[in-house]
Amino acid sequence: MLSCKDATKLVSQKQDAQLSLMQRISLRLHLMMCSGCKNYERQIDVIHKACRRISGSDD
Amino acid sequence: MRVIDHESQQTLNTGAHPVDIPFLLTRGYNRLCFILFGPAMDTDPSANWMQEAELADLRHDLLRFVRLQLRDDAAMAEDIVQEALVAAYTNRDKFSGRAQVKTWVFSILRNKIVDYFRTNSRRPEQSLTRDDGSEAEINELFDDKGHWNKGLQPKKWGDPESSLENQQFWEIFEICLNGMNEATARVFGMRELLGLETAEICQQLDMSENNCWVVLHRARAKLRLCLEHKWIGAESC
Ligand SMILES: [Zn+2]
Repeated sequence: MLSCKDATKLVSQKQDAQLSLMQRISLRLHLMMCSGCKNYERQIDVIHKACRRISGSDD
Repeated sequence: MRVIDHESQQTLNTGAHPVDIPFLLTRGYNRLCFILFGPAMDTDPSANWMQEAELADLRHDLLRFVRLQLRDDAAMAEDIVQEALVAAYTNRDKFSGRAQVKTWVFSILRNKIVDYFRTNSRRPEQSLTRDDGSEAEINELFDDKGHWNKGLQPKKWGDPESSLENQQFWEIFEICLNGMNEATARVFGMRELLGLETAEICQQLDMSENNCWVVLHRARAKLRLCLEHKWIGAESC
């Protein structure tokens, strides 16, 4: 079972690289059960969207 | 005298009146506005060009984009934004709308920054992978088993779309981005602002891909923490 600390690493790495099947499955399972990490994932996504907007590539 | 207007575009192209762009750029923003909106503005048939307020907004966004990455080199940031705007203006007939102008100018700037990083031998002084203290800050969020410590789980932020429309969010976001150390900001900016692949970043900065992911993870985790402290507090006020 993935720890939250490991899950946050994978959430970040997912933005930059293709995760292995095993990593994808364990991350998905973790996010289904852990609201803290689910919120973390959403926040990382907000940061990503904000950066895209700063770079003029959001539309 | 107005040097770049619609009529003289031809003479400009034939080289009869070569315009000294670097000279124009040294004259600063007022001069630029004069060139772009000079007295012949109302006779300019180009519908794709911007009103003064729109140009000021765009220029603000462009400067933010460049400054966040060049940091202390403010003069350089001003210069390349101005160059890109003048280039856009001279090409204004080629655009079919303002959105296209914006996309075009940003892509010009992206290339200029990438080139600047490539050719500028001055690397961030800190080691790229050195821990700047954020490791401990991040570790404190978790217990021995790696689960969130009580009360430190990430909270639910409001609707992301509305955050991105909120002026205060952007002020905080810039403060948090500027709070990153230079080395981390360089890697993060290359990835999230310039959109480079990690393979290319590693190659340019001479680091392993694995180190690159570690730095990016730390950067995001720290940025998120900064936003959570400052933004959630602000949002609930
Ligand atoms: Zn978790």
